[in-house]
Amino acid sequence: MSVEFKLPDLGEGIHEAEVIAVKVKEGETVKEDQPILEVETDKAVVEIPCPVAGVVEKVNVQAGQTVKTGQVMMSFITDGAKAPAKEEAKAEAKAEQKQVVGAGVSSSPQARSSGGTTIGNGKVPAAPAVRRLARELGIDLTQVPGSGPAGRVLNEDVRSYAAGKLEGHFQSGHQTSTAQSSTSSTSTAQTSSAPAKATGVPPCSLKDKYGDTNGERKPLDLGGGGGLPAADLPDFTKYGAVERVPLKSIRRKIAENMTISWSRIPHVTHFDEADVTSFEPLRVKHDPKVNEQGGRLTLTVLTLKAVVSGLKKFPQFNASLDEKNGEIVFKHYFNIGIAVATERGLIVPVIKNVDQKSIIELARELKDIAEKTRSGKIELDRLQGGTFTITNIGAIGGTSMSPMINYPECAILGMARAADKPVVRQGKIEIGTIMPLALSFDHRIADGAEAAYFVRHIIERLEDPFTLLLEA
Amino acid sequence: MVVGEMVQEVDLVVLGAGPGGYTAALRAAELGIKTILVDAMPKPGGVCLHMGCIPSKALLHAAEVINTAKGASKFGLHFAEPKLNVEELRTWKTSVTDKLAQGIVGMCKSGGVEIVHGQAKFNDSKSLRVDCPGESAMRIKFKHCILATGSRPTVIPKLFKSEKDQQSSRIVDSTGALALDAVPKSLLVVGGGYIGLEMGTVYDALGAEVTVVEMTDGLLPGVDRDLVKPLATHLSGKFKNIFLSTKVLSLEEVKNGVEVTLEGKDVPEKMTFEKVLIAVGRRPNSDNIGLENTQVTIDAQGFVTVDAQCRTSDKKILAIGDVSGQPMLAHRAMRQGMVAAEVLAGRSSAFDNRAIPAVVFTEPEIAWAGITETEAKAQGKEVGAAKFPWSASGRAMTLAEPIGQTKVIYDPETTQVLGIGMVGPRAGELIAEAVVAIEMGAVLEDLVVAIHPHPTLSETVMEASMAAISRIERKAARDMEKAGK
Repeated sequence: MSVEFKLPDLGEGIHEAEVIAVKVKEGETVKEDQPILEVETDKAVVEIPCPVAGVVEKVNVQAGQTVKTGQVMMSFITDGAKAPAKEEAKAEAKAEQKQVVGAGVSSSPQARSSGGTTIGNGKVPAAPAVRRLARELGIDLTQVPGSGPAGRVLNEDVRSYAAGKLEGHFQSGHQTSTAQSSTSSTSTAQTSSAPAKATGVPPCSLKDKYGDTNGERKPLDLGGGGGLPAADLPDFTKYGAVERVPLKSIRRKIAENMTISWSRIPHVTHFDEADVTSFEPLRVKHDPKVNEQGGRLTLTVLTLKAVVSGLKKFPQFNASLDEKNGEIVFKHYFNIGIAVATERGLIVPVIKNVDQKSIIELARELKDIAEKTRSGKIELDRLQGGTFTITNIGAIGGTSMSPMINYPECAILGMARAADKPVVRQGKIEIGTIMPLALSFDHRIADGAEAAYFVRHIIERLEDPFTLLLEA
Repeated sequence: MVVGEMVQEVDLVVLGAGPGGYTAALRAAELGIKTILVDAMPKPGGVCLHMGCIPSKALLHAAEVINTAKGASKFGLHFAEPKLNVEELRTWKTSVTDKLAQGIVGMCKSGGVEIVHGQAKFNDSKSLRVDCPGESAMRIKFKHCILATGSRPTVIPKLFKSEKDQQSSRIVDSTGALALDAVPKSLLVVGGGYIGLEMGTVYDALGAEVTVVEMTDGLLPGVDRDLVKPLATHLSGKFKNIFLSTKVLSLEEVKNGVEVTLEGKDVPEKMTFEKVLIAVGRRPNSDNIGLENTQVTIDAQGFVTVDAQCRTSDKKILAIGDVSGQPMLAHRAMRQGMVAAEVLAGRSSAFDNRAIPAVVFTEPEIAWAGITETEAKAQGKEVGAAKFPWSASGRAMTLAEPIGQTKVIYDPETTQVLGIGMVGPRAGELIAEAVVAIEMGAVLEDLVVAIHPHPTLSETVMEASMAAISRIERKAARDMEKAGK
């Protein structure tokens, strides 16, 4: 039997993906769950496992191609059927007994032979031409808010939905997919303060970094919040040769989210320093135990705990401003995003319920998400639902930064390199390990004094981790 | 392989040149697909053109002229009894269908669609054999096939006393009735559905005494009763008898007629009619065409199962029209034909229609589109319904035929128009507005605000919508008052 494999429904708001790599060839024998494709959506690079065991019959996609949800990407011959190549009609007919797999997408005929007079497309009121447009754009009409009488979906509704112009769509569909940091292209995720092994960003060509230069060009989708019209640029070619590359996938999403964050949120950045001299001996002592459990004891892990302690005391930093309803949304869960630099751009995986996890558990999870994110294998549900973000550029260098808030969160904490510096203790100059911290926050929700208290609260716990125990 | 068999290779073969088939073939050719259209009948057009829609409407027109002339005496216009020349009427009817069939041939020619006459049978999912009468058989290898083989009248063999009775020329189906050999003195119509009532209307006007036997307790089962009632009243004055809740047990050819055994309350056990028309439904033509050699699946009723893109479970074969399910109506087939051709051309097309209108071409006509009150009830869906009687329509009065009503069915929450049903002369023409309204997702106000030409029957759609709005407003006012107290 032949089985078609379609691009599955990858999650909220994702309708298409770019094929990054095809990992199997036609005629190759594959096992179930073996990786067959790597695709990049505007949220992440996802590795797609093989749905069945069998032989690859046909590969319909190639690297660089954009595929839509539901599009047939490959077909497999599974047990009991031979490859149709040289078989006569009957064998082929058997092979063509297609079975469709792929989450949430099915094209198998439904028994509809005794159908009544009303069929299809739910009950969304929309004219036939509008329904056709939605089909062409691959849009589920039930998801489109209709602006006509009785909720009738108009042509414009479908188009603006498709363009992602509806604010509600933006807020619910894309939040926390990527985060902001002024140093996004060079920051790496978690590192320990100690031996700062700066792994340089490997050089790569424009094509490697941004993909095919032949892609579609369209203006940035700023969720109606940008305010300013897209600016015209001068003619750069007057001054020398240029290359124009389409803004795609993760890079595009970052550009959009940064613009929205910067234009919507009045950012203020508060700076402070933590004396983490006492951490290194603790790290050396306990790291082997954490290693046994598959994690690494780092300042970032400790910071996760310290931040949650702070968020509990200062809940405004774990909130969002609801502009539409004039409310502040306080979140009673603590999901911390960690900015991870990847070759394809900045991605922010989220560690959920940090308050309920032990340091060892956090260390293990942090290592896991960082590795998975870098290798493009992070699960989509781990890219959503963050309430606060931490970004750490310590591994690379820098004395401080002014990180950009991961809209629609309230704040982001930047960690710079913890370096040995002269410090004054009891009138004497000593060598201490000092880590600069920078908290950018939404001044509409929180004030400067609160930010200072909040950061001090975190610093007290970084300087004396025992405090965390007292609270636990 | 048969000796002398020709092999032809083609992108698309469309099986059946009825309204669905020729629409699909022409659209496919237009989209650049090399297409062959195969039909078992010598002239294209299918049941619709030769044994259904068109000839029945030609005869119904004759019936209407007769009845209108008779009715004119009400306003002082007295005609003599009409003199019927059956042969001339038949010739005219045939000339109409021939002209239309030639039209299809012409369209296919200019569209580049080759028409092949013959009986087709699938060898497998990519080839079929066509036995062309008087010529050598032909093998067609195709990349895709659109199945549009239609349907045929249902036969109930157990009704007949013997094989001979089944062959009797006195017992006919709709095809036989439309052939119009002669007008019998008495005609029994078995089945009170739309085919039986349309043919009964024709034969009644042409002078036959018509009796209708219907197994259920009402004519036109499934249609809203309030729409059927004016027709039933009218027909009971015209037809000799209408036996409801009555079964035909057997049919036997006797001298000068057919003896029919009936079972029902207050119904004579045995009656003799000169002719009997059996119109108890239609069945899909999914048998005897070798579908078992393909991956096409067929349901319990014999319909080929299809999805919204008209695809069957065999990826090379699509199906449209009567063979692909209910309702078995030409206009559904034509729309599906467009969809199937566009799907094959790689377009994103789907049969996602909200309303498939239905028309019963009796006098008066009954037509509906979208949801019916009966369906809404069965689905437990709360709907509002408002009616406008044609006795209050100026245009209906001037036609001297004020029998009729228009009913709008709407969503009481949103006032979206969900269905429209009507009974009255020309209801079949008026229903098109309902279809557009439903497809567009119109609300009652849309139908009220849009200006309808005066004086026409179309105003009744506006009036019924206005009645619905008034009702909603009155209810709102009452609720306000209640809340106030």
